[in-house]
Amino acid sequence: MVRRLRALGLTIPLLAFLFAAFIIPVLVFLWQGVHDDTYARYMSHSTPVLEAWDGVSEPTEAMYAALQKDLVQARKDKTVGKVATRVNRELPGGRSLFTSTARRAARLEAPYREAMIDLKPAWGRLETWQALRVAAARYTPTYLAASVDLKYSGDGSIRRQDEKRRIHLTLFWRTIEISALVTIFCLLLGYPVAYLLSNLPQRSTNLLLILVLLPFWTSILVRTTAWIAILQGNGVLNDLFVAFGVIGDDSRFSMVYNRTGTLVAMTHILLPFMILPLYAVMRTVPKAYVQAAHSLGANGWIAFWRIYLPQTLPGIGAGVVLVFILATGYYITPALVGGQDGQMISNLIDFHMRRSLNWPLAAAMGFVLLVLVMFLYWLYDRVSGIDRMRLG
Amino acid sequence: MTDTAFVEFDQVQKSYDGETLAVANLNLSIPRGEFMTLLGPSGSGKTSSLMMLAGFETVTHGEIRLDGRSVNSVPPHQLGIGVVFQNYALFPHMTVNENLAFPLQVRRMGRSEIEERVREALQMVEMGRFGNRRPSELSGGQQQRAALARALVFRPELVLMDEPLGALDRQLREHMQYEIKRLHDQLGVTVVYVTHDQSEALTMSTRIAVFKDGSIQQDSGPETLYECPETAFVARFIGENNRLYGRVERVDNGVAEVSIEDMGQGRALAINCSGVGTPTTLSIRPERVFIGDTGENRFDAVVEELIYLGDHIRCRMRVLGHDDFIVKMPNAPDHQHLKAGQETQVSWNTEDCRALDALP
Ligand SMILES: Nc1ncnc2c1ncn2[C@@H]1O[C@H](COP(=O)(O)OP(=O)(O)OP(=O)(O)O)[C@@H](O)[C@H]1O
Ligand SMILES: [Mg+2]
Repeated sequence: MVRRLRALGLTIPLLAFLFAAFIIPVLVFLWQGVHDDTYARYMSHSTPVLEAWDGVSEPTEAMYAALQKDLVQARKDKTVGKVATRVNRELPGGRSLFTSTARRAARLEAPYREAMIDLKPAWGRLETWQALRVAAARYTPTYLAASVDLKYSGDGSIRRQDEKRRIHLTLFWRTIEISALVTIFCLLLGYPVAYLLSNLPQRSTNLLLILVLLPFWTSILVRTTAWIAILQGNGVLNDLFVAFGVIGDDSRFSMVYNRTGTLVAMTHILLPFMILPLYAVMRTVPKAYVQAAHSLGANGWIAFWRIYLPQTLPGIGAGVVLVFILATGYYITPALVGGQDGQMISNLIDFHMRRSLNWPLAAAMGFVLLVLVMFLYWLYDRVSGIDRMRLG
Repeated sequence: MTDTAFVEFDQVQKSYDGETLAVANLNLSIPRGEFMTLLGPSGSGKTSSLMMLAGFETVTHGEIRLDGRSVNSVPPHQLGIGVVFQNYALFPHMTVNENLAFPLQVRRMGRSEIEERVREALQMVEMGRFGNRRPSELSGGQQQRAALARALVFRPELVLMDEPLGALDRQLREHMQYEIKRLHDQLGVTVVYVTHDQSEALTMSTRIAVFKDGSIQQDSGPETLYECPETAFVARFIGENNRLYGRVERVDNGVAEVSIEDMGQGRALAINCSGVGTPTTLSIRPERVFIGDTGENRFDAVVEELIYLGDHIRCRMRVLGHDDFIVKMPNAPDHQHLKAGQETQVSWNTEDCRALDALP
């Protein structure tokens, strides 16, 4: 018992670190995907009124009055921009509506309803107020819905997003597709290499292992840009093709800034993650099994397929899960060599984090990605069993 | 050599690194139906010889013929040799039944015939109840039987076994020795068996080849091997024996006159000693030594230690300067009662003492 506690005690620093540096930030970030109080914080009068409203009946004069008061205050506090940005996410054109109304809000006179509709006819529309109601809610499914191309409206309904604004599902699907392809390529390329590694004498193995690990020692940026130099229109590979007369000078292959580029570069970068677990498992498979199969009359193909391969399944499982999960989260490489159709969901998350500054949407998309990966992991577990997975 | 040879090693050499020979000039011919044991200390090349025969290792020089065909020219899966590996090598992801069915499926046998044969083979090793278990769910002895059944189920004419009993405890090992022997008699297959346990070799084999440093020292039946070892190495390796070192004084009619340790004079069968003046090793089995002066060669002895073993008494004595001279006294009604420290005489007959090569 004491010994157990002591062993547990040794893991506490790591657990504490993980908790502080990983779990809490992730939770906080995911929290942002469902919690947004930008509006509620700066618009203290209209928020309770909007919350009390049922979302379908005519907006009352009291609602207009509360909004006017908030707009005057927000303009004075210079917070109107933030609020306008928030509203704009729910209502196209909402930003200009807000800022221009706020500019003149101080000069408006009761009854505010007529005055505001006079100023901007949009205030007379129900959708405008429904959008405000969505923006005013502190806890909202709107970002989660948006990240799977659904639209949450102020009347509480959830519909599919307009046709031309549906981009997320396509991207999620493409992410899975690219990750799956990369995983398959890594398996096909890595399996023979791992086999070779595990069957060579120790001295040659060490040298080859260094070659496998070499990519880890160079920056991912360097490796990715190297691929650009190799694959681009007047890059090394195309030059070679032209030089050997495989293709004409005017019909060079486009192998980069598209999906091909993403696939090639990611396969290269993720290959070690496939080779290492495979190698670790293959090393433990005794030679005697294949020899036994031969002695029992199996030719090389049967001995491989029925005896050797099944024994390496734990390694295949580990490599596949590792590469696939790493691939779903990749973004530097697709960003550099992916062009238009080689972009993955992480690139969009990155865009919302750094460009559009729509953190809640980024968080919601991250959450969906997490759920997706966990679901696939669960599926994998059901099919082949995690306990059969070995990293070595 | 003879045309009855089923397996034939013809001047076979094996080197893994191109410098040292793991097997050096191996000549061996095994007729059909023989239980041939390769016996020798660790690293003497037994496994290497076996693996070359099974086609898993290439032959560096020379030729191994199986039924007249060179094994070098046939891929291992077409040789049709049953192999029992030291760690059994049962496929862990298959049940015992599936393991046994594997060689038959590979031979494209019908489903019902496969079932029939698998059941038969399991019954043969008394494993009928365990067909649906995985190898990891079997005890060591059960795994051993399953491996044996798998090596026999496709009815090969030749079965190779590399220390198949090495991992079992003594009692189980003795039982399995008996089982393997019984199967050999019953099926009439040719067996090449590797072990470094001399008592195992003696009980099971019809012939034993003693290996040392990659070549065969002696190749004969168990009785001959024990009674008439031809080299000092074999004499020491098989059974217990007393060694005395001496110098050949005269050889006359197959009998050598030897001065032993410059302390005494004795006569021995000149089996493997060179000419006059060369060093030699005298080998005498402990059970062929008499207490007293019954034998032809007599020497003074001092009793150092007595161990009572029931059916016989082991007596350690000081003879001609060696204090590890062993005499086995049968526990007969009239045996002498010795005491430690007692001075007495030992003697043996010339025909029980063999003059062999000098060990370095
Ligand atoms: N795969 C290998 N590569 C290099 N050297 C080897 C290899 N296998 C065996 N050897 C060497 O060949 C010699 C004979 O080995 P072998 O395995 O035949 O001995 P053995 O008689 O079976 O011994 P043991 O009783 O310990 O199994 C040894 O010196 C060993 O080091
Ligand atoms: Mg061996």
